[in-house]
Amino acid sequence: MSFSLDKYFGIHQQALSLRSQRNTVLANNLANADTPGFKARDFDFRTVLAQAGGQAPAVDQVRVTHSRHLGGSAGGTDPGALLYRVPLQPAQDGNTVEADREQAAFAENSVRYQASLQFLNSRIQSMINVLKGGNS
Amino acid sequence: MDLFRVFDIAGSGMGAQSVRLNATASNLANINSVSGDPAQVYRARHPVFETVVAGLGADSSAGVRVLGVVESTADPVPVYEPGHPEADEAGYIYRGNVDLASEMTNMISASRAYQNNVEILNTSKDLMLRTLSLGS
Repeated sequence: MSFSLDKYFGIHQQALSLRSQRNTVLANNLANADTPGFKARDFDFRTVLAQAGGQAPAVDQVRVTHSRHLGGSAGGTDPGALLYRVPLQPAQDGNTVEADREQAAFAENSVRYQASLQFLNSRIQSMINVLKGGNS
Repeated sequence: MDLFRVFDIAGSGMGAQSVRLNATASNLANINSVSGDPAQVYRARHPVFETVVAGLGADSSAGVRVLGVVESTADPVPVYEPGHPEADEAGYIYRGNVDLASEMTNMISASRAYQNNVEILNTSKDLMLRTLSLGS
């Protein structure tokens, strides 16, 4: 029986790097909160994580009810690409950054980053515990 | 390195907002500057921001920079003050076109945006330090 460290840590190593990538995107939005014409960006975390995990992203596939129907997806674009946020209150100068929403997204993302970190930490701890034979 | 780009981004945001604060300070300091020549009088200055685009990748933008500082085109305000040493032959002096209310709102907006960037920086730093101590 072989032991895979990758499997042991699960999805959280990919999640951690994607969370930090998302933090960068959100930080960029907030840095450009007063830039005329700047469009706030973000990505769909679930889709991108599914891609990073090697699974096929669950995009809206067109339902095929006959063997001669053509398949296809509703999106039409790269599901992992950076998307544009739809503003609730667009500014007159074309800027779509809403500082409060970005702050909220950043806070949420940071907490989830810490959650992944916590999970990895406890995994490492229990691994060390096993290596030491339980008497740490 | 991708992980540390968030610091550059938040730093560029802080830099840009502090240029804005400086411009506001200059405008407020010169709010009572007068001149006998409307072409010579102080004009309100405002920085214009621009997104820094680095590369063509999915998350290509990397912060904000000050594109330039524009002077307000609003007309200087003529004031009839024949006794003033700077007054022209018609007895007028010209006040700068600094609008106190808009400068104050600009200042609040700039300081809030600056705080947002500081917050991002602090949170990212915390997350990174926690990541560094992973497993200990």
